[in-house]
Amino acid sequence: MARMTIRPPTDAALASGGVRVRPGASAARWDSWLRRLPLLPALIYVILVTQIPFVLTLFYSLQDWNLLRPEPARFAGLQNYTAVMSDPSIRIAIWNTIVLTVCAVAISVVFGIGIALLLNREIFGKGLLRTLMIGPFLVMPTAAALMWKDTLLNPLTGLVNYVLKPIGLGNMDWINQFPMASIVGIEVWRWTPFMMLIVLAGLQSQNQEVLEAARVDGARPAQMFRYITLPFIRPFVELGALLGSLFIVQSFDVIFMTTQGGPGQATTNLPFLLYLVAFQGFDIGKASAIGVIAVILTMIVATFALRTLFTIFHVEARR
Amino acid sequence: MSTDIHRLPRGVPTRSQAVLAIPLLIALVVAACSPGAGGGGGSSNTTITVAAVGNPQMEDLQKLVPEFEKDHANIKVKIVILPENQLRQQVTQDVATHSGRYDLSMIGTYEVPLWAKNGWIENLGTYVQKTSSYQPDDLIPGVAKALSYNGSLYAVPFYGESSFLMYRKDMLQQAGVTLSQSPTWDEVANAARKVNNPSKGVAGICLRGLPGWGEQLAPLDTVVNTFGGRWFDEQWNAQLTSPKFKAAVNFYVNLIKTAGEPGAANAGFGECLNAYNGGKVAMWYDATVGASNFTGDAAANSGYALAPMKEKPYSGWLWAWSLGMPTTSTKKDAAWAFASWATSQDYIKLVGSKLGWNHVPPGTRTSTYQIPDYQKVAGSFAQLTLDSITHADVDHPTVDPVPYTGIQYVDIVEFQELGTQVSQFIAAAIAGTSTVDSALQQAQQLADAVGKKHK
Amino acid sequence: MSVVAARPRSRGLLLSKVGWSALAWLISIAFFFPVLWMALEGLKTEPQAASIPPTILFVPTLAQFSEVLSRDFPPYLINSAMATFGSTLLVLILGLPAAYALSIRPVKRSRDVLFFLISTRFLPFAASLVPLYILARNLHLLDNIFALVIIYTTINLPLGIWLLRSFMLELPHELVEAARVDGASMRHELIRIVLPLITPGIAATSLICLIFAWNEFFYAVNFTSSVAATSPIFLVGFISGRGLFYAKLAAAATLASLPVLLAGWFAQKQLIRGLTMGAVK
Repeated sequence: MARMTIRPPTDAALASGGVRVRPGASAARWDSWLRRLPLLPALIYVILVTQIPFVLTLFYSLQDWNLLRPEPARFAGLQNYTAVMSDPSIRIAIWNTIVLTVCAVAISVVFGIGIALLLNREIFGKGLLRTLMIGPFLVMPTAAALMWKDTLLNPLTGLVNYVLKPIGLGNMDWINQFPMASIVGIEVWRWTPFMMLIVLAGLQSQNQEVLEAARVDGARPAQMFRYITLPFIRPFVELGALLGSLFIVQSFDVIFMTTQGGPGQATTNLPFLLYLVAFQGFDIGKASAIGVIAVILTMIVATFALRTLFTIFHVEARR
Repeated sequence: MSTDIHRLPRGVPTRSQAVLAIPLLIALVVAACSPGAGGGGGSSNTTITVAAVGNPQMEDLQKLVPEFEKDHANIKVKIVILPENQLRQQVTQDVATHSGRYDLSMIGTYEVPLWAKNGWIENLGTYVQKTSSYQPDDLIPGVAKALSYNGSLYAVPFYGESSFLMYRKDMLQQAGVTLSQSPTWDEVANAARKVNNPSKGVAGICLRGLPGWGEQLAPLDTVVNTFGGRWFDEQWNAQLTSPKFKAAVNFYVNLIKTAGEPGAANAGFGECLNAYNGGKVAMWYDATVGASNFTGDAAANSGYALAPMKEKPYSGWLWAWSLGMPTTSTKKDAAWAFASWATSQDYIKLVGSKLGWNHVPPGTRTSTYQIPDYQKVAGSFAQLTLDSITHADVDHPTVDPVPYTGIQYVDIVEFQELGTQVSQFIAAAIAGTSTVDSALQQAQQLADAVGKKHK
Repeated sequence: MSVVAARPRSRGLLLSKVGWSALAWLISIAFFFPVLWMALEGLKTEPQAASIPPTILFVPTLAQFSEVLSRDFPPYLINSAMATFGSTLLVLILGLPAAYALSIRPVKRSRDVLFFLISTRFLPFAASLVPLYILARNLHLLDNIFALVIIYTTINLPLGIWLLRSFMLELPHELVEAARVDGASMRHELIRIVLPLITPGIAATSLICLIFAWNEFFYAVNFTSSVAATSPIFLVGFISGRGLFYAKLAAAATLASLPVLLAGWFAQKQLIRGLTMGAVK
């Protein structure tokens, strides 16, 4: 048990505001406020920069305002909302967002666990392999998406078709025939290293004695994995899944650079739909209505998913 | 968990502290040394910001900016190059919100009438009159007309194009096919099917399928026009499910499916250019500027024909990238100095002599086509290019009258979104995941809603 | 510590190691290959980069890289650096006290506050783009690197607070208790005691924020035009509408990704720590 030597408080320390416990109930309140103080700058900042735009979005959603028409915005009540609800686009976008997020996260978690288990073994050049593996995560997503689209998955000049020619798949138009699969594939490629790193760290922090004891007791590797390792890495997997979902649900760069939401609306997710309506259609009112609906949905999903699914949120802070 | 802190003597940074400190130090140094986001300084220099699209001619312009700055000591030019999608979105956003980020924006024949009507860009008529050396009559009339509003020029053309048919004479000859200089689409389709040879990796024709109102719809709309179709009738009723429109789209999609390039649903100008240069397609219907990008066998063996027709001749499109001056600019005189320089006869000669005559931006001035050096380089297709552009009329694009202008687009504000969505549906039909009928039905619904707004 | 009897080295074990290594190498190279291919494409000529079928063997040339660099890359680099480091610094300044207030000396309802912060991260950013844009225009912050600093801070702050909090939670109870008993003020406690102990965590958090801020594209392209344009914008400027551009694009992509690639590789351990909140010893 390490103990750091603490010097007795100097006069200077006391003078600069050392808190003395004062008797009485007011002390508890004072302490309460003092604890809030460090939190306030960040909290105020986040509230300002996220809520003010949200209020404005709410305001704009009640207006009929198209930037390309010279008339100024006029109040339109809930007209934008009815237009959005009767347009199948938003339902398609929500569905696509769910499909993309769930598939990309699930697949990259599974791959991540698999590769982490592999890298956790006794193999040559572990460090170098780990270095290679995190490449996809670090590369600029815009750059990666362009490379995938133009040089790898391109039906004519792409390397993937060239490599697959011997088995007869040399003429596939990946991005157009399997748009969602292509996007999910690229996101999985980007995020598997992320999942792998997290799970690997978890595996490496296992208590080796427990594993040895189980091995000595005659447990088979599959049993050890299922009853010891898996529960141990569960928090790490959840962490990876949560962080991954946070980013993939907002996925924009890859879709923008490869499919532009198509063909049709096959890969239009919520962020991309918002972009289309706001910056190709310049229909601010409608885009704001979609934004408000998106925010409400997000809050519902976040409330249920975060509180019930993730055990990491049950961590109790210390007093 | 034990910490190692107490093992190190105090004051010695750990490795992670170093990792942290170095970038922060760099940040401080960088922030201290860089001129700051507001731009440096109150010298007598005027800096103008120009937004341009990422085409080779604009990249050349960026290279030649020092030549301009040599002759205009007090003006500095910053050119921002963006891909077309982003450029259009940025510059539209800029003028619509009166942000004043750009002093010159490269816009096309689509934007000019709309923006001029909204008062977003300056009327350049007075500027042109003030500049005696500008020679506005030298501008190709159809192009100048497309960039005017109420009789005045609102943007000056930097680059112009129409569309025509390019084909490999040798490959067509081998299949026993010849084409006239003004073929019909049926002739072209027959030729494409004859030359189509998938077992040898050769497709008959390359046609754009890439979604986008400026991508797939450009050639497709010219086909619709010459088939006698139109987007809206005179009462703004959408006509996307009319027999002629359907026939045109069916023709286009079937031609791609039977004799078109693989990956057509994703093919834009670049992909078709590649395929053509690599000998993977025998014919290509696209922008006139395509011909100046040919290399090797393609360059040596190419023949050219006017845009194929059915009911209406001279069906090629018209597009011009031009420099417009947002009214929010505070440096209008400097901006005009640059805009007039970049679109002058002298600039064309400068490009030719400094960078080569095949770098000259085509389709703007009649005098360009009379320069002997340019004719030597562009000889085989220059005349057809000029013919195509001259005969392209944005005011009368279709067989039956229409309430809108624009050949390969409908010049209304909603067309960007409408066109892109419609092209997405048609791309699905090209990719085989949908049918033409279902695509056009969905498209008709969207076009209907737009048409109602204009009644 | 129990002593495990040393096992005799059997051939089976060695074969197994070679077998698993081969598999691991195969998978790792497969994942890394697109990155390598990007760099290789940048060393080709344009016709080679767009050839059908793709060119595998070729004589490398630096022509594309020099052409890309001749397009004045440094200002974009500097802008990226300013936006990235500036926002990371701001995240630390705001986030460290906040994390402290959610872990070591927690406020009531810490969990709710934390939940609120994370939920802001789920909101689609495109939704607030228009109001932010109009606000920025009115405040004359368009094409000003400060706008990006503010936005990136907002994007990274929730995650930063969460990460820093987890690092702080790892600190041994006793150290902080001892300081408190000795009467240290909150400021003293945070700055003199907690901070030095979690510098690895701060480094890791900074690295994560750096990575995400550097690679950010959507806001960068909407809020900047020329003076404050960042690296992703430099990159997309090479997409040409009417010419061959794959090789130049690949070269630009390599250059634009290089800083973060190198930073991530150099500080791998910090990165992993950041991702797993100090669980690695």
